[in-house]
Amino acid sequence: MARMNMVQALNSAMDVMLGRDPRVVILGEDVGFFGGVFRVTDGLQRKYGEHRVLDTPIAEGGIIATAIGMGVNGLKPVAEIQFADYIYPGFDQVVSELARIRYRSASEFHVPVTIRTPCGGGIRGGQTHSQSPEAIFAHVCGIKVVMPSNPYDAKGLLISAIEDEDPVVFFEPKRIYNGPFDGDAHKPAVPWSSHPRGEVPDGHYSVPIGRAEVVREGHDLTVITYGTMVHVAEAAVRTTGVDAEIIDVRTMSPLDTDTLCNSVCRTGRCVVVHEATRFSGYGAELVATVQEHCFWNLEAPVKRVAGWDTPYPHAFEWEYFPGQARIAAALKEVMEAQ
Amino acid sequence: MAPRSRLHVPEPPARPGQEPDFSYLQLSPAGAVYRPDVTASARDIENLSLELVRVLDDEHRAVGPWNPHLEAPELQVGLRHMLLTRLFDDRMQKIQRQGRISFYIKSTGEEAVAVAAGMALQPGDMLFPSYRQQGLHVVRGRNLVDLMCQCLSNTRDMCKGRQMPIMYHWGEGNIFSISGNLATQFPQAVGWAMAAAIKGEDHLAASWIGEGSSAEADFHYAMTFAAVYQAPVILNLVNNQWAISTFQGFAGGEHRTFAQRGPGYGIPGIRVDGNDFLAVYAVTQWAAQRARQSAGPTLIELVTYRAAAHSTSDDPSRYRPKEEWRAWPLGDPITRLKQHLIELGEWSEERHAQLHKELEAQVTACWKEAESYGTLTHGPFLDPLTMFEDVFRDIPANLQREREEMRALLGAQRDATAAPAEGGHEQPPVAHEG
Repeated sequence: MARMNMVQALNSAMDVMLGRDPRVVILGEDVGFFGGVFRVTDGLQRKYGEHRVLDTPIAEGGIIATAIGMGVNGLKPVAEIQFADYIYPGFDQVVSELARIRYRSASEFHVPVTIRTPCGGGIRGGQTHSQSPEAIFAHVCGIKVVMPSNPYDAKGLLISAIEDEDPVVFFEPKRIYNGPFDGDAHKPAVPWSSHPRGEVPDGHYSVPIGRAEVVREGHDLTVITYGTMVHVAEAAVRTTGVDAEIIDVRTMSPLDTDTLCNSVCRTGRCVVVHEATRFSGYGAELVATVQEHCFWNLEAPVKRVAGWDTPYPHAFEWEYFPGQARIAAALKEVMEAQ
Repeated sequence: MAPRSRLHVPEPPARPGQEPDFSYLQLSPAGAVYRPDVTASARDIENLSLELVRVLDDEHRAVGPWNPHLEAPELQVGLRHMLLTRLFDDRMQKIQRQGRISFYIKSTGEEAVAVAAGMALQPGDMLFPSYRQQGLHVVRGRNLVDLMCQCLSNTRDMCKGRQMPIMYHWGEGNIFSISGNLATQFPQAVGWAMAAAIKGEDHLAASWIGEGSSAEADFHYAMTFAAVYQAPVILNLVNNQWAISTFQGFAGGEHRTFAQRGPGYGIPGIRVDGNDFLAVYAVTQWAAQRARQSAGPTLIELVTYRAAAHSTSDDPSRYRPKEEWRAWPLGDPITRLKQHLIELGEWSEERHAQLHKELEAQVTACWKEAESYGTLTHGPFLDPLTMFEDVFRDIPANLQREREEMRALLGAQRDATAAPAEGGHEQPPVAHEG
């Protein structure tokens, strides 16, 4: 066991997989000699060589397309797209190719590609370094979509993603790369070293894709969330004193419906929280799922807390970010509903 | 008056009712283009992107430094593959017109593009075609029944009813799955080639796109990555003059040849007579040698003419002269190879007629067999429940739930029909029941 932040945990996952499986290659902008703009691939090219860890041209569509070709030829590419806000030039290759090749060839070809990409705001990134486009990808059948909220899950899920025979889009909430963030930007940063999920095994282990996790047990209400917002929701629950169960979705697709709905059927109340914009956001899928399975157990309408339906504004980051106050208000509203 | 800017909107040389005009085509005499060493740098052989590599001259002789010196039996195989491709296309078009398949795309007039290239490559080389290189399947020995079953979406359809006709794939034959999204396969082929080099294997990848889709960003991705990593890949740009209704000027062909884009990336660009079997073979062989010697990628512009409609849904008489193909200065690839073989004393009109008859019979027999595995209207039919397979390797819980939902729905519909047949698979698919 070691103390790791999320950057180190992700680095360790790739280190372990590069060492174990000669088919694994890393490619992306700045990932090689420099080790990545967030240092996630630091040292990997030095250790495994330029044929295993490749710097690429600045062409997201080209990175994803060549990763697909490598996957078809028996490699297991891990492509880094820097940042999620810049993934769109590669969108056709994701939607029409990566997600479809197994299906259209009836499994004669398949593409075991992992796309890692940092997402989310809270780093003064404005509208071009803050987006959370997970819903856009979760809507596409044929790819798995993952977003961890802590170092332990980050490493275990990334290993699962690389080992998976199907494509995975792996979102990394960059605000929590270096420490859990409770939504209060004015407090001093907290490192992962004081968090139980900052304990990360050095070697190989995996966290299964497709399983949500109950991160806080409770009786009165269920908060369904993921990524950075897990920590913000925990803080809001602490301050309000609501006995809420908090579920970290971890995998947007395929969704662990059972864990979510068992909890909501028990508590009868539900708040869905994400940082992405609200309209047609991933929360809409969560609310619909809860409604379908838990309607007769619900005591109150299910409430969404999400980013406003505007681009992420640089100067008003904290007004935009769905922080503790908004979550606390939603918890109160849902608890008081009769 | 102040000068005013105006758009240049490309206009093809001839529209319906007008005389075909191919004066815009730059041609080189057969045998005139220099054949450099495969290790030559892109900088030193830029002229190859302006000239036109041709081997067969007007007297049907093979001339010049690009002559691949193939033996007669190999030429006869090439002729057979091209003719079979054409007869297969003709038959499938008729079958589509009869409403027995929903859609088809012919490669008429462009058979040498796929057949000659396919023959110049090794079986382990991976092919990433567009939808007009069915000749690659023919070269690699695919049973036509398999292709026909795909077009029929029947019980032997390799795509399990998931793709429109002609979107073939063949894992065993190293031919990749065809995408409807244009040019996506071009950078994928580069990635495949990069992987071959990473693994230290000497196979190469070859891909084909049309001149029209060279306007897609994927073309630029492919060229950039191929050039940066010197990937062992052959990038074929099939300039058949027409992208549905827009002529090659709309893809930028008025100002530079498509092959000239190669040197811009540091990749040799070769312009070749795409209707000259020998020239296509020789140029492909040259590019393959380059790739296998780590000398890097090659862009090949195959100058040809789309003699057929874009697809069965297209009507070219609305946008180009009806007889344009007859005026095409580079002729018909099948006729040209046939005449060459006759000139060599290795073929005759009689043998050609005999081959024609034999291949017609082969196509007929294949179609008969293909129909026995199901048609659009007559069973056996694919089980619609298979639609939930192959989205992922394992079927996730949500798809299992949906499959059960549909199973119940199909069961209820079956119960509602008066005379249930033996065995679920004999029932027509729900979609056809209206």
